Amino acid sequence: MRRTIPLVLTFVVGMYPIFAFFVPHASISGVNQWLDRALMIVAAFALPLGVVNLVGMNLTKIKQKREGWPYAIVLLAGLVVMAYFGVIGVITRQHTGFHPTFQMLFDNMVSPLQATMFSLLAFYVASAAYRAFRARNVEATILLVAAIIVMLGRIPFGDMLTGGRMTPLSEWIMNRPNAAAQRGIIIGAALGAASMSIRVILGIERTYLGKSRD
Amino acid sequence: MRRICLSMLAIMVILVAPHLAYAQDSAPLPVAGLEAFDTPSDDGSSVTLRWEAEGNVPADVMRSTSRSGEYEVVGEAETADGIYRDVTVELGVEYFYALAFMTGDGTVMTEAAGPAAAKSNWFRHGRKNTLVATFVMFALVVIYVTIARRGKELYVRKIAGLNAIDEAVGRATEMGKKIFYIPGIMSLSEIQTIASLSILKYVAKMTAIYGTSIEVPNKDPLVFSAARETVKQAYMEAGKPDQFKEEMVTYLTYDQFAYAASVTAKMVREKPATNFMIGSFFAESLILAETGQAAGAIQIAGTADVTQLPFFVTTCDYTLLGEELYAASAYLSREPVLLGSIKAQDVAKAILMITMATGIVFLAFKTDIIVRLLETR
Repeated sequence: MRRTIPLVLTFVVGMYPIFAFFVPHASISGVNQWLDRALMIVAAFALPLGVVNLVGMNLTKIKQKREGWPYAIVLLAGLVVMAYFGVIGVITRQHTGFHPTFQMLFDNMVSPLQATMFSLLAFYVASAAYRAFRARNVEATILLVAAIIVMLGRIPFGDMLTGGRMTPLSEWIMNRPNAAAQRGIIIGAALGAASMSIRVILGIERTYLGKSRD
Repeated sequence: MRRICLSMLAIMVILVAPHLAYAQDSAPLPVAGLEAFDTPSDDGSSVTLRWEAEGNVPADVMRSTSRSGEYEVVGEAETADGIYRDVTVELGVEYFYALAFMTGDGTVMTEAAGPAAAKSNWFRHGRKNTLVATFVMFALVVIYVTIARRGKELYVRKIAGLNAIDEAVGRATEMGKKIFYIPGIMSLSEIQTIASLSILKYVAKMTAIYGTSIEVPNKDPLVFSAARETVKQAYMEAGKPDQFKEEMVTYLTYDQFAYAASVTAKMVREKPATNFMIGSFFAESLILAETGQAAGAIQIAGTADVTQLPFFVTTCDYTLLGEELYAASAYLSREPVLLGSIKAQDVAKAILMITMATGIVFLAFKTDIIVRLLETR
């Protein structure tokens, strides 16, 4: 029973969106939208599990004075302060929807930290490109040449050097060989996803339930 | 008599004057044959207008609930488009439509078309081909799973990235260091995440057997719950349930970049021997993979997100490309039933390739029958 109910639920909930894809009737699409909302509700129920785990792990870290334990205090303090002002904002129905302190902390701490992490990408792209573009073999050399053409084609300097030939060449690389390879991968991945979905819906694939086939 | 006639003429002019601006024969209309009808194959949320354009001018789409009633503007259209979809309708209510244009003589309005009422339809006719493809795919999976169940050997090509999992776990065991398994940042509604959990189970089983340390940091709370069950089950199946610890599967944060910051910090501090990054990734893919590379870990990545694949290919030792990710559970478990579905996927791919090649040949001969056959609405 413990195994059958989840499998039946998976089958019904998995087949329904496929059915709704072909049947546009309002009564069918309404249930489909309800299922989408139900997923969000289930996810909301799962969130406390994550928070409990996070708090538990960090409290243990502080108690046992493991390496980097002061950071765990910062994390827990941040969690408590943001949660407090977030809840207070909802209870007091602030005009903007958020408590001013919550908004201030978000704008001046969370947002800049997010931007900092995102901007690190520029440096990582440079270091990854350096490693990828070393001409160690024929394939890497082709990659290097293609990359140089595409990069030059994206800046005015490339056209200036070649009398306007670099941009069309760069576009050709992006729209022909590159797009062809991408489409190949996308078609393969789409079929793979379809096959995997059918396995899950039909109960052939069960590892996501924590159990193997028996 | 003359006075009476003049008076009547004056009255007529006063009555007709406001309508003269809408006179239909004051200027040639830039559209003809306006018709309004329920949008076919939709959920009853729109009415479609269609006309034949004679020139391109902007037009106001006018709507009324009676032919001679008051019309209101519900949208704007370009006459050259030849079609307009009114999505502001109420289900089952009958509407009349007209197009109004600004001319030198004032506003000119077409004759009203309708009545048309939006109604919910029971089948999307534009998706017949997808329905056939879905049945074919289901049928192929069932056929090949049945063949596999009868004991027929099915060949699946070697996948380097999956073969390297044993080597990667072995390396961590020899070095006495940790393994990081990152299941992507999307929830369980993403099929890549489910595929990733299948691989996690295999990896966790190996770490249980070899006594290697593993950590699975999560961004999504649902994935966190599922990953914890998966790892726990893997340790039970390996016969070492006592070795499973809660801190093996952790929840970090729901924020994408905070998650990336936390995982990269762990990589820098703990210097793992092996990193698995398998699932759905976005901008954080390169941040994670490049940090792992700098930390000296052997890295196996896998995703079906085409935009992230180049980052993984350049920074990881092995990368599972798209379909290889989905084939992993069958490949690793070697279960005939699962291998059968992989075979079905290969056959579907062959059918698709033949269809596409035929389409290209047909197009070369200026026949777009295959293209039209594959079109979906």
